[in-house]
Amino acid sequence: MREFINGAEAIARGAIRAGCNFFAGYPITPATPILLHMIRELPKVGGVAIQAEDEIAAMGFCIGASLSGSRAMTATSGPGISLFSENIGAAIMAEVPLVIVDVQRMGPATGGATTGAQSDIQFLRWGTSGGFPVIVLSPTDVLDCYRLTQRAFDLAERFRVPVFLACDKQIVLNRTTVESSAFEDINVRQRNFAAVRDEFVPYRFTEPAEVPSMSPFGGPHLVRISTSSHDEYGYLTKNNEDMDRINRHLNAKIAAHREEIAEVKADHQEGADTLIISYGITAQSVLEAIRLLRQGGSKISSLVILSLWPVPELKILRAMRDMKRVIVVELNQGQYQREIERMASDSQEVIGVNRLDGRIFSPGEILASGGLK
Amino acid sequence: MNNISHPTYIDEDSMPYPFCPGCGHGAILDHLNTALVQLQLDPRKVVIVTDIGCAGLSDKFFETNAFHGLHGRSVTYATGIKLANPELKVIVLIGDGGCGIGGNHLIHAARRNIDVTVLVFNNLNYGMTGGEHSVTTPQGSNTATTRYGHLERPMDICATVNVNGASFVARSTSFEKDLPDLITQAIRNQGFSLIDIWELCTAYYVPNNRFSKKALESSLEDLGFAQGILHQEKRPEYASAYRQAVADQHGLISLAPYPLPTKYAHNIKTRMSCIIAGSAGQRIGTSAGIFCRAAVLSGLWAYQQNDYPVTVRSGYSLSEVTLSREEIGYSSLKKPDLMVVVSEEGLKKVASYASQLSNQDTLFINADLLPLQTNANVVALDLKRKDKKYNWAFIALEEVILHSGIFPLEAWEEAVSMQKDLTGENLT
Repeated sequence: MREFINGAEAIARGAIRAGCNFFAGYPITPATPILLHMIRELPKVGGVAIQAEDEIAAMGFCIGASLSGSRAMTATSGPGISLFSENIGAAIMAEVPLVIVDVQRMGPATGGATTGAQSDIQFLRWGTSGGFPVIVLSPTDVLDCYRLTQRAFDLAERFRVPVFLACDKQIVLNRTTVESSAFEDINVRQRNFAAVRDEFVPYRFTEPAEVPSMSPFGGPHLVRISTSSHDEYGYLTKNNEDMDRINRHLNAKIAAHREEIAEVKADHQEGADTLIISYGITAQSVLEAIRLLRQGGSKISSLVILSLWPVPELKILRAMRDMKRVIVVELNQGQYQREIERMASDSQEVIGVNRLDGRIFSPGEILASGGLK
Repeated sequence: MNNISHPTYIDEDSMPYPFCPGCGHGAILDHLNTALVQLQLDPRKVVIVTDIGCAGLSDKFFETNAFHGLHGRSVTYATGIKLANPELKVIVLIGDGGCGIGGNHLIHAARRNIDVTVLVFNNLNYGMTGGEHSVTTPQGSNTATTRYGHLERPMDICATVNVNGASFVARSTSFEKDLPDLITQAIRNQGFSLIDIWELCTAYYVPNNRFSKKALESSLEDLGFAQGILHQEKRPEYASAYRQAVADQHGLISLAPYPLPTKYAHNIKTRMSCIIAGSAGQRIGTSAGIFCRAAVLSGLWAYQQNDYPVTVRSGYSLSEVTLSREEIGYSSLKKPDLMVVVSEEGLKKVASYASQLSNQDTLFINADLLPLQTNANVVALDLKRKDKKYNWAFIALEEVILHSGIFPLEAWEEAVSMQKDLTGENLT
């Protein structure tokens, strides 16, 4: 059987499947449909959904709720991510599991309200002070929206970090037909709660890459959480060794698990010397371009990236091996191309195919701009 | 005070307080401790939320849960904590600086009447950053950023939250003997409570303004800022009101899949692109969605993209629909095979497409919009005589199905009845 469904509904359904029971948001096109779904649906599963007075409050509510044991999500677009910035840093520092959906629109500022674009690819990674890592997943279609939302909740709990879903307007708003059986569930892990009998030290880890267990406010332990530099007990500290310890940990817990997080769809064709890299809605156009090229007898490889940050370097390097040309197709001025360029060898040519007019690529345009026909 | 389980909530190991000699913060924290001892709350059910500034150091001294967050955002964290777990008592310790940068949150927490108790450590300037003026600095004051006398009128925090719905509002000073009782009452109140507590900043405000306990009292008097309980009322608390309001939703099935089994046949050879164009309020998107569901019920794959300007009840409204025998991945419209145009605004938006149509294509159009230069087969629809404007797209699509036979009318009728299930909209 088939369904006629858009990404907004798939994200809401995925979130509820993953155990989401708290949502706070602020209306913004094109993310509003997710807010509306959550406002309507969360009460049915005993959760809470609220419209906040602004994006800053929405993030604050989510952080407070997550620390009280909820699985929290918010959804916004570029201008909202701008306002989230300080609390993204707070959630990184305090190690708060959160899912943030960014239905991207063309920036800067209000942009071509509310034209779609892949505007926030670097912004999501570097959107707050300190340069500490977050996780960014990017769905290519409605089915990905459902599965990757679940994965975002899983990774948020696994690493105690904000996990972003970098979405395209077209996937979230446009309805399409999918086979019901194609919706894929994943095992979303429960929060790693400290044992009731154990002494609870909120930021205790022996190895920097270790992720400490949690205990909710109102649970069996006294819990101390801080968004300032803190020692293992959660007390604010300016001790150099303690600051070094926590900062290295915030990096290491993600960096050491890059491969665990990494997710790509590699389609390697034997004998191809050109690789097309894409993500999000752009992948739909690229896959069609690849089909047309192969139909015409050309050899071509494709790499669709589903986890943009941390950069799945090993998987990208594997796909780039023996390639003469790497074409990076993006609805921005080459934001992810920067990551590919730093991995390319001297003999490899990296070509950006970019669009900034609010339209998506047609397969023909990709072939023409990439010098493929 | 015998037989009490919690003789103090202060963590003696963390003492002494790090505040300047003569600063009021320590006194307020002692009073908060006295209040907590009076209340005998389970420390695991208490969350003290602080943010930035000298007052932000305060959570450290209490053996309760604690969250130390960003400047001015403590009320938002507290709101999230309370919403997620209504059995918690959430106490915000915030400075006058936090009330400036986070003033918006105070207003809205008061409106919601969320059960959070806010103690404002109001020392009339920014102590930690060097004595700059805050939103509560009295007019004429000398501060690091008002060297020529402060021109702004101070914010009346109590009046602000009061007029916006706080259910317990009080003003006091760090010298006030009854402050513990006041704090106890504030925490007991099931709703948003705020106490604006005036005190001395001996590092900056006192030396820069020859300020004193006496001057503080007369400042309050000059401003007409009364002390004691200023407002108290019983009204629904947000976290419990929310749960009551949604109680009948609990247990309902959430976002159940709405499967569309193939029940009918279609006669599309490969792929068909359609544009449905009209005006806002003509149910363009809704009708196109029904058309798509009818197509899926007939074994097709459908894709729908809507387009409209930033306005709501004015301007054009378009739906681009792709129907295909095969799964639709990439989809973008180059030229439609079929167009439905029901209004002038819609026509303006899609005029360029109309001129591209060939004699293989069909244009269903409101007869009032004719004549039109096109090579397409034109089907003129007398919509005005048939129905009201808001139904034109709906009846035009019915005509499309009858005329083209792409799928049977039964599929359309079934999709119409589904629309009612999905959205409660009753379309006829």
